[in-house]
Amino acid sequence: MSSPPGRRARLSSPGTSRQTPDAREEVRRRLKDLIEGNRVKELFSSLGVDYNILELDQVDDGANVQEVLTEISNQKTVPNIFVNKVHVGGCDRTFQAHKNGLLQKLLQEDSAHDYDLIVIGGGSGGLSCAKEAANLGKKVMVLDFVVPSPQGSSWGLGGTCVNVGCIPKKLMHQAALLGQALQDSRKFGWEYNQQVRHNWEAMTEAIQNHISSLNWSYRLTLREKGVAYVNSYGEFVELHKIKATNKKGQESFYTASKFVIATGERPRYLGIQGDKEYCITSDDLFSLRYCPGRTLVVGASYVGLECAGFLAGLGLDVTVMVRSVLLRGFDQEMAEKVGSYLEQHGVKFQRKFTPVSVQQVEKGSPGKLKVVAKSTEGPETVEEIYNTVLLAIGRESCTRKIGLEKIGVKINEKTGKIPVNDVEQTNVPHVYAIGDVLEGKPELTPVAIQAGKLLARRLFGASLEKCDYINVPTTVFTPLEYGCCGLSEEKAIEVYKKENLEVYHTLFWPLEWTVAGRDNNTCYAKIICNKFDNERVVGFHLLGPNAGEITQGFAAAMKCGLTKQLLNDTIGIHPTCGEVFTTLEITKSSGLDITQKGC
Amino acid sequence: MAAMVAALRRPVAHFRSRTRAWTRGTRCAADAAGAGQQSFDLLVIGGGSGGLACAKEAGQQSFDLLVIGGGSGGLACAKEAAQLGRKVAVADYVEPSPQGTRWGLGGTCVNVGCIPKKLMHQAALLGDMIKDADHYGWEVAQPIQHNWKKMAEAVQNHVKSLNWGHRVQLQDRKVKYFNIKASFVNEHTVCGVDKGGKATLLSADHIVIATGGRPRYPTQIKGALEYGITSDDIFWLKESPGKTLVVGASYVALECAGFLTGIGLDTTVMMRSIPLRGFDQQMSSLVTDHMESHGTRFLKGCVPSLIKKLPTGQLQVTWKDQASGKEDTGTFDTVLWAIGRVPETRNLNLEKAGVNVNPENQKIVVDAQEATSVPHIFAIGDVAEGRPELTPTAIKAGKLLAQRLFGKSSTLMDYSNVPTTVFTPLEYGCVGLSEEEAVALHGQEHVEVYHAYYKPLEFTVTGRDASQCYIKMVCLREAPQLVLGLHFLGPNAGEVTQGFALGIKCGASYAQVMQTVGIHPTCSEEVVKLHISKRSGLEPTVTGC
Repeated sequence: MSSPPGRRARLSSPGTSRQTPDAREEVRRRLKDLIEGNRVKELFSSLGVDYNILELDQVDDGANVQEVLTEISNQKTVPNIFVNKVHVGGCDRTFQAHKNGLLQKLLQEDSAHDYDLIVIGGGSGGLSCAKEAANLGKKVMVLDFVVPSPQGSSWGLGGTCVNVGCIPKKLMHQAALLGQALQDSRKFGWEYNQQVRHNWEAMTEAIQNHISSLNWSYRLTLREKGVAYVNSYGEFVELHKIKATNKKGQESFYTASKFVIATGERPRYLGIQGDKEYCITSDDLFSLRYCPGRTLVVGASYVGLECAGFLAGLGLDVTVMVRSVLLRGFDQEMAEKVGSYLEQHGVKFQRKFTPVSVQQVEKGSPGKLKVVAKSTEGPETVEEIYNTVLLAIGRESCTRKIGLEKIGVKINEKTGKIPVNDVEQTNVPHVYAIGDVLEGKPELTPVAIQAGKLLARRLFGASLEKCDYINVPTTVFTPLEYGCCGLSEEKAIEVYKKENLEVYHTLFWPLEWTVAGRDNNTCYAKIICNKFDNERVVGFHLLGPNAGEITQGFAAAMKCGLTKQLLNDTIGIHPTCGEVFTTLEITKSSGLDITQKGC
Repeated sequence: MAAMVAALRRPVAHFRSRTRAWTRGTRCAADAAGAGQQSFDLLVIGGGSGGLACAKEAGQQSFDLLVIGGGSGGLACAKEAAQLGRKVAVADYVEPSPQGTRWGLGGTCVNVGCIPKKLMHQAALLGDMIKDADHYGWEVAQPIQHNWKKMAEAVQNHVKSLNWGHRVQLQDRKVKYFNIKASFVNEHTVCGVDKGGKATLLSADHIVIATGGRPRYPTQIKGALEYGITSDDIFWLKESPGKTLVVGASYVALECAGFLTGIGLDTTVMMRSIPLRGFDQQMSSLVTDHMESHGTRFLKGCVPSLIKKLPTGQLQVTWKDQASGKEDTGTFDTVLWAIGRVPETRNLNLEKAGVNVNPENQKIVVDAQEATSVPHIFAIGDVAEGRPELTPTAIKAGKLLAQRLFGKSSTLMDYSNVPTTVFTPLEYGCVGLSEEEAVALHGQEHVEVYHAYYKPLEFTVTGRDASQCYIKMVCLREAPQLVLGLHFLGPNAGEVTQGFALGIKCGASYAQVMQTVGIHPTCSEEVVKLHISKRSGLEPTVTGC
């Protein structure tokens, strides 16, 4: 064995020690295996590849080996080929891999650098990519460093989702839902003292404890998988070299053959007087040591509305200041319904206003802030005192201070986003990007995770599978949840033209709301179908309790080509909210009444 | 006639009293009151013409379609036929339970099934949420108690509003409703007797039997009929059942035991053999494991033999442990039988019409068209043999039947891959084949099961035990690994399962489910992340996100 250990392929060839009843069939199979095994050997010889062969019929425990092999590779037949630890498959697969270049890629070994892969950013996407690459036997490093927010908030490994996004948000949403449950419970016979108070500090501590345990488990997983984790800020200095600066300002340099940028985004500031000084963002809210009190949420992005929703649910006085539309990019009919439920829920909206200054009028935890806002339509200004001002006006990519210009990775100068091709490759071939920094891709944790995993498999495994960014479901966790998958009605009209679409919709009354005495015409379900494609469902929208849980399965069904007919043919689960989609009868174009009579 | 007027007024009054409490109920109440007036007139006419004995065959009314049984299936069929312009009648009559419980129009689901069950399940879930709330910063002062009466009244009022809603819907669609107990006179004629003993003759070209089923009583056990109650009674109890023994391990038994435990009652389940017969058995044991950890007691492998009423008013139950042969006794306030259901076919005089039943279970034998042995007589819902006993299947079957009879349709009901959910404290949703069925059908070698134990995010903060939160997807082993069945145990299983049921209907493969992007953070995203096969022997516990 003179060649480096990496350049080695193992080949298992025919063999069996078990007698099958159909001996003839067995002989046929063995012959085929033998012929195919020889074809692969010839191929490897012609490529000058050094390979190991394990002839299963020539070893004592061949049957056992084959059984274990089947378990490992989920392939029963031989030859069973592994290249550089990666399972390729049988004869056909190997020849296919040779044809499309995959085999050559697997055989490449680049030992000139410290690492096979360096991932910049330890969020959902980065970690998933790093772990998968390590699973495939690669030497991987993750650089993660959280620059403290202007208010000084900082956190551990795991990125936005775990620390200042999905996780704490959903838990605070749950806290607010439990507040609603407490109100409902009396109608269902539960009796206890009327005086119920919410303790912000207790909730926040419980949530932060959970987050710390997640931070810890991420570090543990990286260690277990042999991924090097460095808590330093990464910046490109050369094509294959990165500078890592730690908290103390100490610099280290690492090289790698491939890089993945997964630095994500951070909340945007308004650029007005007092914003960085006195306002907080979602980076600060979830670890706030005191109850925010009377709160102004600036912006009607999903972050803005979710925060406004749970703060109101916890009993706080909340106002949302909106420059233009709610939930830009989402179906606007649904967005307006989300907004009107929030209003019903006690959230005030101040539409077509934008803040011009924030001043502190009193210190404290929380203090008092004077917000001056200006109408977007005229000279009118308003002044109001709040305890807390939360900015939720969008997010900015963390791409401008990581040395991309030094190695020539192009970004969209306006948005800071990184354009990539369909394999997440930037204009610099060995540099890839995933997650929220990507241009024109959904900013969602599961998307980043999926993209990261598939990227690692393409780079280092025997896979060609690309991340599919179509029909990605998502849910806005406002007090009444909004789940959707596919196109908004506006977008569908733009793509397919109104006359080619049929929209089915209905209001519905969850059974649990009846006894609780909640409104019977609030929850809403809508599907958008393409009339000329068998009424294929191109958009799915649901406003109701547990919308997240409900939407997921329908998203899977959309992946399989869901049509209206299939919805009709499927039996509902009674009594649930999800079943409403199996009995949709009224089309929007009919103009028929969809209100529930309430009996 | 006076009796009928009185009977009719009651639900109207209930309805009004409820709507007054609603914020936007005014218009609705007015509508319903108006509609109520109309229905009343119609029914008086109906009652009047039926005032002669059946034998005299006077005042006979004829219809295109007569539906016997005003439950989910019957009503759906009747309304659809009326929609198609036919003259339709529904005969519905609730024979009081041995304990004297009776209810209005709508059948089992509305009155003594899904609806009150899910609402009481919700009451129990809310009890758990009150406990959870503490961990999320809500300061709720002790003591926290549950008031059965208040819950039961709220649930019953909702059910009564639904009864009323069904009557209004029948009127709106010009379906004649007879509150009579029907039995066959001949293959086109039915005799109906009302509460007062008055008979009405109804004849029809087509007759649909949708009389459903009622709980089974173990009449061989002394005291069973006298002192026991069933799911026909539990939802209508005015007082708390107190310490309860639930006999049986059907989904009805486990659901009832689950919510009784949840609202704080001392509850015991006595089961003879396996839980949730017919369901995936691994899932079923996880369901009972969870119930045990949630506070429900189980007496496994035991059968009751005697029930005695003690001077205190409590019930003393004697049972035998089948394994040891030992006898034991216990004292309970309530004994609930949930040992199965019997189809309501015995009082229909089916032999007069020539309709065949399976002598073993008394269910009506039907073909793919839902037709009985008599071509113009049909049976749908729980009374028909071999059909899933589920409301949505009965509704769909009824609708499709009406469309085949009176519309231009030939679409048959597809009874495969029907999803369902057991609303135990930890809900169990499933669709498609159980693991046992898949193995029996395709062989162990050709079945791949992907599974995971997961922890719902909401459980982390409260420290709730997630040991039984488990998902498994049963697939064919060969690519593209067609999904044969999905089993989900966890919060909101009903909601989670519905969409995936569609996926399975679409012929989803494991690969397609895996290509679906998750919704984070939800429980249902764990389904699209399943990657550990049982065969691999790898640890199926999900860690982190």
